[in-house]
Amino acid sequence: MSLVNAVVQGVLLGGLYALFATGLSLLFGVMRLVNLAHGDLAVLAAYGVLGLGTALALPPLIAALVVIPAMAVLGYVAQRVLLQRTVGPSPLPALLVTFGLAVVIQNALLEWFSADQQRLQLGGFETASLRVAPGLAVGWFPLTVFAGAVLLLGGLSVYFARTRIGRATRATSDDQEAAQLSGVDNRHIYALAAAIAFATAALAGVLAGIQTNFSPTSGPTLLLFAFEAVIIGGLGNLWGTLLGGIVLGVAQNVGAWIEPAQQVLAGHLVFLLVLAFRPQGLLPVGRTR
Amino acid sequence: MTGPLLEVTDLVVHYGDFQALYGVSLAVTDGETLALMGANGAGKSTLLNTVAGLRAATSGQVQFAGRDLAGMPAFQRVAVGIALVPEGRRLFPTLTAHENLLVGEYRARPGPWRLGAVYELFPFLEPLRDRPAALLSGGEQQAVAIGRALMSNPRLLLFDEVSLGLAPVVIQQLYGVLARITAAGTTVLLVEQDVGRALGAADRVHCLLEGRTALTGAASGITREALSVAYFGV
Repeated sequence: MSLVNAVVQGVLLGGLYALFATGLSLLFGVMRLVNLAHGDLAVLAAYGVLGLGTALALPPLIAALVVIPAMAVLGYVAQRVLLQRTVGPSPLPALLVTFGLAVVIQNALLEWFSADQQRLQLGGFETASLRVAPGLAVGWFPLTVFAGAVLLLGGLSVYFARTRIGRATRATSDDQEAAQLSGVDNRHIYALAAAIAFATAALAGVLAGIQTNFSPTSGPTLLLFAFEAVIIGGLGNLWGTLLGGIVLGVAQNVGAWIEPAQQVLAGHLVFLLVLAFRPQGLLPVGRTR
Repeated sequence: MTGPLLEVTDLVVHYGDFQALYGVSLAVTDGETLALMGANGAGKSTLLNTVAGLRAATSGQVQFAGRDLAGMPAFQRVAVGIALVPEGRRLFPTLTAHENLLVGEYRARPGPWRLGAVYELFPFLEPLRDRPAALLSGGEQQAVAIGRALMSNPRLLLFDEVSLGLAPVVIQQLYGVLARITAAGTTVLLVEQDVGRALGAADRVHCLLEGRTALTGAASGITREALSVAYFGV
């Protein structure tokens, strides 16, 4: 595989990483909540599609149409009932609770589905490729995922910039007491943000489950990649998250092209470089207060 | 409507172990302007924050239009008709001036204060619409903060130290605007440290000293000497 091929695959992979990172970035940006269960929620959704698809003989994408909205509802409820109690000046309660949640999800999945590696099958589309140029083939599925990620991020951008609820969400993340004085119910806003975060995590989980193998313990690795994408791109900027995902994806794939066993390590090295030389990220949103 | 628009009865408020209000009672009738005065730490902001719903009282009652507001969260009080212009303006820094006003409309009641009316009240904000709020001057921020509160079309407007940190010329402008707001029928409860301004703008004055009522009465009937005594507790 040529270097150009590696870079292109990396860019497309970046779209998937950006999807993963969006939910994490959203929860942190709006309510300073670090969700350590984020990766496990994505895996939960993949298993949800697997289970539903097997039980009702549904193709994965149809099952996803049920699972993803269900995850959004789960996010809303989890925020109102559980995570709202952890919102406050200290980040520690949220870290502890979401860590516990991660452990619960992983073990529940292990109990229910066994530790076998699983894969969601699309019946051929996931391996189909498009010949773009001599020596350069691009997978249809990664291309679709990338396009979908860009569309989703664009949609979220418009949502936050132009809608009443999106504006209220930005206001709440700026100053939640002042937002209350303007009539905004901050618990409801937080819950909506959590619903979006859980839904994007679910979507990313399902798409990853089609592209690669997953098992009950795949969550933490996904969490790590999501974190790296957010930090590389810079907090508070959806397009920064896309850029961060792309940088991570390219770093991993170029690393694999150089030395196949060091794919993940290459990503970590680039992450460390960004932390060392540009800790605010590539496209940070400056906050003046 | 019989009875005052806002009635506070024996309000006791604590910050942890520290007691800020020791059973304060006051009433504001529909359409009047009440100036709440007192030295720093007297409990003025605490009183406003409790009426707005940001703080829970230890004991005592806050009644609005005859309705007990106990347990009602701040965002619902906006729907009922109470709006607070908080101390230090507290605009949303990453939103533009225009977006700050739009957020004020989030749970607006029906009424005359829409975007057009607010820009007419503060014409100098029109060219600043798309400027991030953090980059506005103090006077411009105060105007946006007042506009944001007006956008909910409140029956009762609470002002917490609107002249803090502003140039005299700007303060003069703001009090001119206040006169137009009260002329439109809005009831105003304003915290103001400047004695002259307070006596000039208000119908009645209520002075707090260390969490207790020290003086209350019509602005026209209070002398500066009496107010100084109540203010400083000499």
